[in-house]
Amino acid sequence: MSAKQSKTSKAAPGLTHEGRDYSAETLHAMHDSMLFIRRFEEKAGQLYGLKKIGGFCHLCNGQEAVCVGVEHAAQPTDYMMTGYRDHGHILARGADPTAIMAELLGRAGGIVKGKGGSMHMFDSNLNFAGGNGIVGEQVPIGLGFGFASRYRDDGRVTLCFMGDGAINQGAVYESLNMASLWKLPVVFVVENNQYAMGTSLSRASAETHLFKRGISFKVPGMHIDGMDVLEVERKMSEAIEHARSGEGPIIVEAITYRYRGHSMSDPATYRSRQEVDEWRTGRDPIARLQVQMIEAGLATEADFKDKDRDIKKQVAEIAKAAEDMPEPDAAEIWTDVYTDPIEGAYPYPGQVG
Amino acid sequence: MSKITYREALNQAMCEEMARDERVFLMGEEVAEYNGAYKVSQGMLEKFGPKRVIDTPITELGFAGLGVGAAMAGLRPIIEFMTWNFAILALDQIVNAAAKMKYMSAGQYSVPMVFRGAGGSAARVGSQHSQSLENWLANVPGLKVVMPSNPADAKGLLKAAIRDNDTVCFIENEINYGDIGEVPDEEYIIPLGKADIKRAGSDVTIVAHSRMTGFALQAAEELARQGIQAEIIDPRTIKPLDENTILTSVAKTNRCVVAEEGWRFAGIGAEISARIMEKGFDHLDAPVARVTGKDVPMAYAANLERMTLPSVADIVEAARVVCHRA
Ligand SMILES: Cc1ncc(C[n+]2csc(CCOP(=O)(O)OP(=O)(O)O)c2C)c(N)n1
Ligand SMILES: [Mg+2]
Repeated sequence: MSAKQSKTSKAAPGLTHEGRDYSAETLHAMHDSMLFIRRFEEKAGQLYGLKKIGGFCHLCNGQEAVCVGVEHAAQPTDYMMTGYRDHGHILARGADPTAIMAELLGRAGGIVKGKGGSMHMFDSNLNFAGGNGIVGEQVPIGLGFGFASRYRDDGRVTLCFMGDGAINQGAVYESLNMASLWKLPVVFVVENNQYAMGTSLSRASAETHLFKRGISFKVPGMHIDGMDVLEVERKMSEAIEHARSGEGPIIVEAITYRYRGHSMSDPATYRSRQEVDEWRTGRDPIARLQVQMIEAGLATEADFKDKDRDIKKQVAEIAKAAEDMPEPDAAEIWTDVYTDPIEGAYPYPGQVG
Repeated sequence: MSKITYREALNQAMCEEMARDERVFLMGEEVAEYNGAYKVSQGMLEKFGPKRVIDTPITELGFAGLGVGAAMAGLRPIIEFMTWNFAILALDQIVNAAAKMKYMSAGQYSVPMVFRGAGGSAARVGSQHSQSLENWLANVPGLKVVMPSNPADAKGLLKAAIRDNDTVCFIENEINYGDIGEVPDEEYIIPLGKADIKRAGSDVTIVAHSRMTGFALQAAEELARQGIQAEIIDPRTIKPLDENTILTSVAKTNRCVVAEEGWRFAGIGAEISARIMEKGFDHLDAPVARVTGKDVPMAYAANLERMTLPSVADIVEAARVVCHRA
């Protein structure tokens, strides 16, 4: 299975939330996708602890509703790109989870053949354009995808994610200005998890209402509960419609929280256990959707327990399959540097010195 | 053949490629309504309209990144930097995005685009507007770096750069924009990665690119008067470097001078001398000599500026040294 579940609505009765109808199938799909991402990230954390995953590894536990809600509001042809906390986004898009796990493990079968790792995931077939390790890098790139859509008039929208830390980069303002000037179809999704590494929002941002950051560029903004997948889906649908209809860019600030440290090496001593617990137990997006679905009679607690057991088992199998893959062939070191390499012009193996 | 300027040659290259390929567009500061800060894009707005010739705000990092994204999405951007000095603000997108995207994505995305503009020292504009940064760019795997020294090369190389499927940093020279040269009337392309022997000679090889090619040609005339026949090689493409043409020439002359406008430390001359040492050591009758700009920021005063840059006399002197005639 993949993290992305079918989103076609069947007539099966579901629930109505803030005036919007969700079929049982859609709700299950959103739930399963979020739970899959959660369990996948936990497995990645475990493998990191065992030193099987190296380097920087940023988990998105707690932020699953943003990844899944945005994906459910988008079309598969819409472009998407983000920073380094990218496992959840690419899984929500529907990429092969075994290839994602293999990438984390640095294997030949990785989604980018072991050349990218945790921070550089790509799936061009699913219009997922990375995976960037430089904070804010993807924002002007997203602007360029939006420009290409306008140039070709292809009706696509670009969903460009960034963090509450990334939004302070100058490139973001350059991009907001041009996106607005040329009315490009870009939705800037700010995942405000309230920390940029160890720096809380208020220690880094003079204006902490990040959805207002577009005001001087005439870019409208909205502010949503990023712990509520139904709200994310509903508000993102509006934002995407705004961009697709030619109204230009829009900022969506999703308030969310990461349960784990910034990366695997961060013990997160800059925040209290109580604060983390308040979000984890009080506002968890998966638990919240489960309660809504149980109340609507769409599932029982036992169903969710079974589902969780299934997903854990699948994730364990995925990890096993990925671990069994070989490391990349040594020859891969020289591929994908240039599309048109010039014969004999580079010190390729056997030609050095 | 027609006689046209270096700037007209660049303009023709862009116009021909834009007429040929709908995906190509030109974006940068003052490229459209103002016709280009150096008038390279003269008349292009009128020809192609505002959809394809686009004035930007002064946001180098932002529009460089726009180019990267547009190229990843399948367009063929030409991003003009008014000068390469200002591209320093955009280096993150050039180095961390354009150059690496193909590798990071294991070939799923490529970035076929041209970053172009004026590089090198201009005249009397002080240190922030006078510098040669080609060695920075050439150091980065994933980038190609092209520097034409005359109108015909400028046109043929720019057409090749626009058609190339990788990211090309195309560095023009502000002082050369008004230079006039013969350019073929029929369509032609100069492949990247091919050096050109601008003058044949048997006694010493002088490798020089961009504005220094002209200096080297002048030096060759003076050397000829002194009985030294210099062979002048213009690499034209800095990366990938056509080392074979250089090595073949050195095998014949046994002596080499490398001239560049940029700073000496880890410069293009350092790379070329290292390659000759690695692969042509036995052919050398003297150590390779480097003629470079002085390792200082550029001063404004005319005399200091003159002394900071390499001169024709410096090249002549270096050639005499390697020929044991100094
Ligand atoms: C340009 C740049 N500066 C600094 C860093 C180091 N760094 C990596 S992530 C990060 C914090 C970013 O926080 P935010 O944008 O809120 O995203 P989050 O990690 O919360 O998802 C920093 C400072 C970097 N990778 N790139
Ligand atoms: Mg954050």
